[in-house]
Amino acid sequence: MPSNGSVSDAPITQFINCRILKEHTLQREDLWVRDGRILDPEKLFFDEQGYADRQLDCGGAILAPGFIDVQLNGGYGVDFSTPSEDPGAGVAFVAKKILEHGVTSFCPTLVTSPPSVYHKVLPEVKVQSGGVHGAGVLGVHLEGPFISLEKKGAHPEQFLRTFGGSGGVNPLLEVYGGLDNVSMVTLAPELAGSQSVVEELSQRGVTVSLGHSVANLSQAEEAVQQGASFITHLFNAMLPFHHRDPGIVGLLTSNRIPAGRSVFYGMIADGIHTNPAALRIAHRAHPAGLVLVTDAIMAMGLPPGRHTLGQQVIEIQGLHAYVAGNTLTSSPVPNQLTFDSRILNVFWGLGTTTLSGSIATMDMCVRHFQQASGCSVPEALEAASLHPAQLLGISHQKGSLEYGCDADLVLMDDQMVLEATYISGVEVWRK
Amino acid sequence: MKLIILEQYDQVSEWAAKYVRNKILLFNPGPERYFTLGLPTGKPLLEQTTSYHTSSVIKRICYGDDRAVGLPRDHPESYHSFMWNNFFKYIDIRAENVHILDGNAADLPSECQAFEKKIQDAGGIELFVGGIGPDGHIAFNEPGSSLVSRTRVKTLAMDTIQANARFFDGDLSKVPTMALTVGVGTVMEAKEVMILITGGHKAFALYKAIEEGVNHMWTVSAFQQHPQTLFVCDEDATLELRVKTVKYFKGMMHVHNKLVDPLPGSLKKN
Repeated sequence: MPSNGSVSDAPITQFINCRILKEHTLQREDLWVRDGRILDPEKLFFDEQGYADRQLDCGGAILAPGFIDVQLNGGYGVDFSTPSEDPGAGVAFVAKKILEHGVTSFCPTLVTSPPSVYHKVLPEVKVQSGGVHGAGVLGVHLEGPFISLEKKGAHPEQFLRTFGGSGGVNPLLEVYGGLDNVSMVTLAPELAGSQSVVEELSQRGVTVSLGHSVANLSQAEEAVQQGASFITHLFNAMLPFHHRDPGIVGLLTSNRIPAGRSVFYGMIADGIHTNPAALRIAHRAHPAGLVLVTDAIMAMGLPPGRHTLGQQVIEIQGLHAYVAGNTLTSSPVPNQLTFDSRILNVFWGLGTTTLSGSIATMDMCVRHFQQASGCSVPEALEAASLHPAQLLGISHQKGSLEYGCDADLVLMDDQMVLEATYISGVEVWRK
Repeated sequence: MKLIILEQYDQVSEWAAKYVRNKILLFNPGPERYFTLGLPTGKPLLEQTTSYHTSSVIKRICYGDDRAVGLPRDHPESYHSFMWNNFFKYIDIRAENVHILDGNAADLPSECQAFEKKIQDAGGIELFVGGIGPDGHIAFNEPGSSLVSRTRVKTLAMDTIQANARFFDGDLSKVPTMALTVGVGTVMEAKEVMILITGGHKAFALYKAIEEGVNHMWTVSAFQQHPQTLFVCDEDATLELRVKTVKYFKGMMHVHNKLVDPLPGSLKKN
């Protein structure tokens, strides 16, 4: 038996001829997996006198931790925020498809919706491990409805809420119906009564994210002191950086973050939501906090045209997704002027120019981030794996190739084009 | 004795690795016929051997011969970690074929005797590959060690402890003071001995080892009385030798280099 029977009878797989992402670099090392976890080969050799049952030749490719997407609204025609007969099936469908993008764990995201939607959908979306059936569900990300009117973005105005006077999470429990299976809540900290909410959510182990907000820097810092640790899609749906009041963006370099804690920030690196220069400013200011998210909407994976997102209708043009309306252009958004050869035509006439989630896939985001920021391949990969794991407090288990971590892996070439995806050491997708 | 003189460290490693490869192939090992290799550290050899191995060449018993007493097995400076990271993880040797002295054994003298017995049971060591210290020691047989010594516990010289302090953050109190080592006598029983010596700081030891007499203050000199010894060194290590010695052996390189030529296909096993 290649395993010492007294420790385990499980078969051992050795990934050979690969470069693994470890200690922030790519190392020419083999990766050993047993029982879905990464194994320490030295202990295996000396303590168990064991060796591998089988060897998988990776052909010199890069082997990295699987990607973790903490903001995903749907895809392939499924919108998590639109109630259907079987919300669980919708999540499972998308979970399976995103394996092709290297995503091995994710947080299905619900945008601002009426309580009826939350009450129907939340109980059906459970935390579960990934596998051949699809990426693992880490918990739901509730983006709204406790957000700012001025910064609602594509969220439906009529369902926005405030906290009311009572304090604590009761208003949330009422709206959401419960906090089971919830891993993150995005809220606007300037709303009255937010402090006790942030504090209590954090104590319950729910990650609190600031977003869709007009908070100034001190309001944001206070929220961080109460326990907030994430910024939802930095730059989008918040006040722009101002040199006398940097707003939420200022958290990246704030000196009022409690010791031992870090603020992470989501970036949609699709080349559209953020100008590459702004992406670089954020990255250079606080590289360890950058978390790549897709904020992908149901149209991701679908052809161009009109689609429904939550309670709204949006329109697809190339890699752009806009809120569809029936007025001529309203306030232009600067990055509408991004000239992208993939755009079929510049979208001026028929709708608004408010951005509405993205349709880029996670692997596209990783590649685009690396090109735009000029960072190293390990840094780009960590922004999609290690950092989200650290944000959610699961980095001892996910997002890393340290011994004992889950063997959720992606195999890719030097251009970071994916070749295969593994969950718990089992191949779940191959190109 | 054959003295092989090469220009630099990398060439020494490469020459030695090819020599070992050829020796193993000529030995024609198999599941019932193991090639037994004795290795105290020997970093130069290991680096090159890993690039020369084919999957079947090195599946052999491997004797790690010196072990610091009291160092936990998974300490990054332990011999186990060193051998794993520099050698074992690159080759497909089975753990049951690796024998390393255990510095954490409860009864150290018994551990040493058991080790000697394992060597005997394996039919003796075919090839022992080692380096020497600046004080001319082989394995941990420091100056004054008996030339007929066997595997035993040795107290380390202050020099050695200080030299090793760099692996323990410069803290002398953390450096092990004792080690288990194969004896000079043990190594003398190997069928062949290969010593790798690189660097000017070893030059005086090399001089004492081969140009002066057999002396227990320079324990490597014992191999003058071994029938099959091979010293492989770089130019810097020859700095204390007589010009005559160096010229003599360089003059034989064209013959000695034949030992590392690739073997004809018929002799190669896959």
